[in-house]
Amino acid sequence: MSAPTRTPAGAPSAVGGPGGRIGDDARRPDGVLKVRGEFAYGSDLWMDDMLWGVTLRSPHPYARIRSIDVGPALAVPGVHAVLTSDDVPGEKVYGLELADQPVLAFDVVRYQGEPVALVAADHPDTARRAAARIVVDYDVWEPVTDARVALGHPTWNQVHDSPAEVTELSRESADLHPHGNLVRHLKVRRGAPAPTADVVVVGEYEVGMQDQAFLGPESGLAVPGEDGGVDLYVATQWLHVDQRQICAALALPPERVRLTLAGVGGAFGGREDLSMHVHACLLALHTGKPVKMSYNREESFFGHVHRHPATMRYEHGATRDGDLVYVKAEIYFDGGAYASSTPAVVGNGGTMGIGPYVVPNVHVDCYGAYTNNPPCGAMRGFGSVQTAFAYEAQMDALAAELGMDPVELRCRNAMEQGSTTPTGQVVDSPAPVVELLRRLEAMPMPPAVPTGDDVDLRDMPGGVSNTTHGEGVRRGVGYAVAYKNVAFSEGFDDYSTARVRLEVVGGEAVATVHTAAAEVGQGLVTVEQQIARTELGVEQVVVHPKDTAVGSAGSTSASRQTYVTGGAVKAACEAVRGQVLELAQRGVGRPVADLRLDGGKVVSDVEGIALPLADVLGEEVVEETVEWRHRPTESIDPETGQGFAHVQYAFSAHRAVVDVDVELGLVKVVEMACTQDVGKAINPQAVIGQIQGGTAQGLGLAVMEEILVRDGRVQNPSFTDYLIPTVLDMPPMRVEILEYADPHAPYGLRGVGEAPNISSGPAVLAAIRQATGLPLTRVPVRPEHVTGT
Amino acid sequence: MQFLQPATWAEALEAKAAHRDAVPIAGGTDVMVGINFGRLRPALLLDLTRVADLRQWDTDDGAVRLGAGVPYARVITELGDRLPGLAMAARTIGSPQIRNRGTVGGNLATASPAGDAHPALLAAGAEVEVASVRGTRTIPVTEFYRGVKRSALADDELIAAVRITPPSGPQQYSKIGTRNAMVIAVAAFGLALHPARRAVGTGIGSAAPTPRRAPAAEEFLAGELDGLWDSRAELPAATAARFGELVAAAAAPIDDVRGTARYRVHALSVMARRALTWAWLDYRKGDPTCA
Ligand SMILES: Cc1cc2nc3c(=O)[nH]c(=O)nc-3n(C[C@H](O)[C@H](O)[C@H](O)COP(=O)(O)OP(=O)(O)OC[C@H]3O[C@@H](n4cnc5c(N)ncnc54)[C@H](O)[C@@H]3O)c2cc1C
Repeated sequence: MSAPTRTPAGAPSAVGGPGGRIGDDARRPDGVLKVRGEFAYGSDLWMDDMLWGVTLRSPHPYARIRSIDVGPALAVPGVHAVLTSDDVPGEKVYGLELADQPVLAFDVVRYQGEPVALVAADHPDTARRAAARIVVDYDVWEPVTDARVALGHPTWNQVHDSPAEVTELSRESADLHPHGNLVRHLKVRRGAPAPTADVVVVGEYEVGMQDQAFLGPESGLAVPGEDGGVDLYVATQWLHVDQRQICAALALPPERVRLTLAGVGGAFGGREDLSMHVHACLLALHTGKPVKMSYNREESFFGHVHRHPATMRYEHGATRDGDLVYVKAEIYFDGGAYASSTPAVVGNGGTMGIGPYVVPNVHVDCYGAYTNNPPCGAMRGFGSVQTAFAYEAQMDALAAELGMDPVELRCRNAMEQGSTTPTGQVVDSPAPVVELLRRLEAMPMPPAVPTGDDVDLRDMPGGVSNTTHGEGVRRGVGYAVAYKNVAFSEGFDDYSTARVRLEVVGGEAVATVHTAAAEVGQGLVTVEQQIARTELGVEQVVVHPKDTAVGSAGSTSASRQTYVTGGAVKAACEAVRGQVLELAQRGVGRPVADLRLDGGKVVSDVEGIALPLADVLGEEVVEETVEWRHRPTESIDPETGQGFAHVQYAFSAHRAVVDVDVELGLVKVVEMACTQDVGKAINPQAVIGQIQGGTAQGLGLAVMEEILVRDGRVQNPSFTDYLIPTVLDMPPMRVEILEYADPHAPYGLRGVGEAPNISSGPAVLAAIRQATGLPLTRVPVRPEHVTGT
Repeated sequence: MQFLQPATWAEALEAKAAHRDAVPIAGGTDVMVGINFGRLRPALLLDLTRVADLRQWDTDDGAVRLGAGVPYARVITELGDRLPGLAMAARTIGSPQIRNRGTVGGNLATASPAGDAHPALLAAGAEVEVASVRGTRTIPVTEFYRGVKRSALADDELIAAVRITPPSGPQQYSKIGTRNAMVIAVAAFGLALHPARRAVGTGIGSAAPTPRRAPAAEEFLAGELDGLWDSRAELPAATAARFGELVAAAAAPIDDVRGTARYRVHALSVMARRALTWAWLDYRKGDPTCA
């Protein structure tokens, strides 16, 4: 049986019109505004009497603060407040999982760019000039900049025959935090402790620090309330976890810290941690005036966490026939100065670190460490992106060693429904890994591009920079497949809250959906409308502004909102529908069989009834609030890593075709093809958007995106030198969407956003390796890695 | 911040003489980045976009006189045939938006070693026409660059135009960036063959403190081509390779975030070899302009 698939061709269809139900290409309610440049983002927030807040940040990656003198800043005319850690009334540290990050630094700064003081003034320039006058006396320490050194672990010597070395840390830098430099060590132990195999492949891999590179910088406006509280309008990812941390820092109860989502210009995980949230609130409460904070591009690079850089050592053992016998992996994530979501990133990296394959013997050690590098936390693909580069390179290396086709080797060992993962979890919904790969293989190959006199430079590596007309260009093809958990794992109480109201407005039944789920550009607002239209049979669905007046929706991350908040909206709609059908039967005066809501009517085909919904409702306002949870997961065993850790997996595969100028080391990705199982495409156009965007972000990491950090200092905090793919770097795509329903999920859907971000980069790397014949164990690949210069 | 908007060239020069610390602004694609990043806090901005003279080009005694304020987009569409090397360089610059705003004058005044106009101007043997209330002078472009982001411009002077003699032979421009568009050069190379003068022009970008020529490579190639200009015979591969090596030898690059010094040297040798191969092929076809 083959799954229903969709192969979108050419321009997106215009299905949906004003409405659109589940499965339609419904139009985004915010689409027209965004295309016209009229959508208000967080940086557009404005009140006439507002002040501007700015942050003074540490220039040093590691130093003790001897003293801070704010006097010179306070003396600047136009300045209303200058605050330091002493002015934080509540908890002085915060954090998503561990509270270890100072709201404002005290005693010690642990990374370059750490906030030290705040200024509010009547003009942003005044505030910046004043901040520059704050005198901070630092005792500068030597930074710890390597995760393994921070943990006191030896350098690797398995590949290179050099002796293992442990670097001694200087006294003051030995421990960054009182509990040491280890954030988490995850162990997976499955099968034999010391397995052997016919064929063994060992590799060491390194992934650089990627940035979310969202276009809308961190921005918000804090307005002091008459009750001594504060209203914060902020571009963020998870209103309630922000609220919890802000309340702690301000020592205020939740009812006095009210958050409303401002327009978000992209997130990708980078807004899961606090940035200017507490700072703006502190300044607003101190000055009694609204305070706006909006980072510029450079500050944004210091103002949010990045993707963890990783160093990884893998050993794969297989039989001569190509059956995987064992995988051993050591994975180090550099978490930077504060924990952020490092524990959960380690969780993903460790539990899914060998890829969607069945392996009887698995031995994984996955570490997250503190260093004085920039803090790292959530980013799309969350711990799975890094490991996929390693395990897929290993699969290719193993295939080469066995003289096997790389796709054959993958299919031979692929996970399927009923397989057991390395954490002992049985995969209890479709896992079409083989089909994803086979469909990719069956797709036609892009033609060779014309060279010489007929060359179109835009098709060449280097583009219009005119570096080749075909000289030195070799083609390569690479495949990769990946899987990732959807939603929060390891026993986290992962839920969302939805409030749905149905009432008659202007003679028509209108539904209002109220959730706190952050719309960060992914299109959840569209999905919420589609679900309400489908479940309530109405055309008009208002999406209430996202705020904390309703319960938590959880984070817009982990590919989870369509699943979890979608599930909550569906459940709330069902509760509303139940009441409406009740009303209808009361109106009819007897129970009616087969009642449903459709096309603005209460319908029973069996009884031939079709009552206008507006008549049934009359003056009634039907409202239901539902807290909805997915199946519970459980924490894993600390010694063996065994347990039902993940509620759902998403699967995707990519085929990359690249042309590489092997003499200059320049890469042109010719085509990206992707197959992905989405369970049910709630909004096919949005699904394609996620696949294209995820693919581009993975490609970016493969060939260009890296925050370069030297001695704890960021070298390229700008879009001049932090490069993200342009239209000449991101090729056209072929996409096939599979829809194998997950019986445990609403509508059978699977989270979509992250999987394509994970399989895309490794496919590009595989293709570049094939074109160049080089091992290429570090991403992003730079021209000098290819040319050897 | 004060803002002056002279309507004529004479007013602009007077304004610059009166306010030597005034920062001229043309397309603003360098100036505004500096201001936005807080690196530049000009007390006075001198907007040159209303000075019509700067936004024109004409031909004068066979040479093209390109107003300092002509944006790249117009260099490409209006001068692609007359100034092929500069037009090729212009095509590599930024994005369509940047090419609509950015100017050769701005690129010269910024004098970044990575500026893309420079290698093309060096190879073509261009001259920079600068002016002040004191008068006008012409500076050979080779003498214009004085250090990293420093030029020969005096503090009361403005750039009026660049003068370039249209080539008698093919020109090429190549640039390495780590993405396929909108990227600052990791290394760049401009080449001009001057059959009428039996000479070769080169320009190297992003591989020394200033843009510079590769004189030894020029001399070597001119010598090798001595017998070939008339016969238009095939160029020995070894000649192209040697030319590449000599171009690379003229560079003095550093390691930075965009690339290593070793890579820059290597890339220059490859770019120069390929550029010469393409230019010579064009020359053999009798096509003075190319690509
Ligand atoms: C996104 C982006 C991409 C870019 N990509 C490239 C690229 O690929 N290659 C490249 O070379 N550059 C690039 N640049 C830099 C910039 O576009 C170029 O240097 C451009 O040529 C500057 O011209 P402008 O007219 O915008 O200069 P402005 O910013 O207006 O001025 C630049 C400098 O020149 C001075 N100036 C301007 N006109 C005169 C004059 N007539 N007389 C005296 N001084 C004058 C100004 O005071 C200032 O110091 C890029 C910039 C951006 C923002």
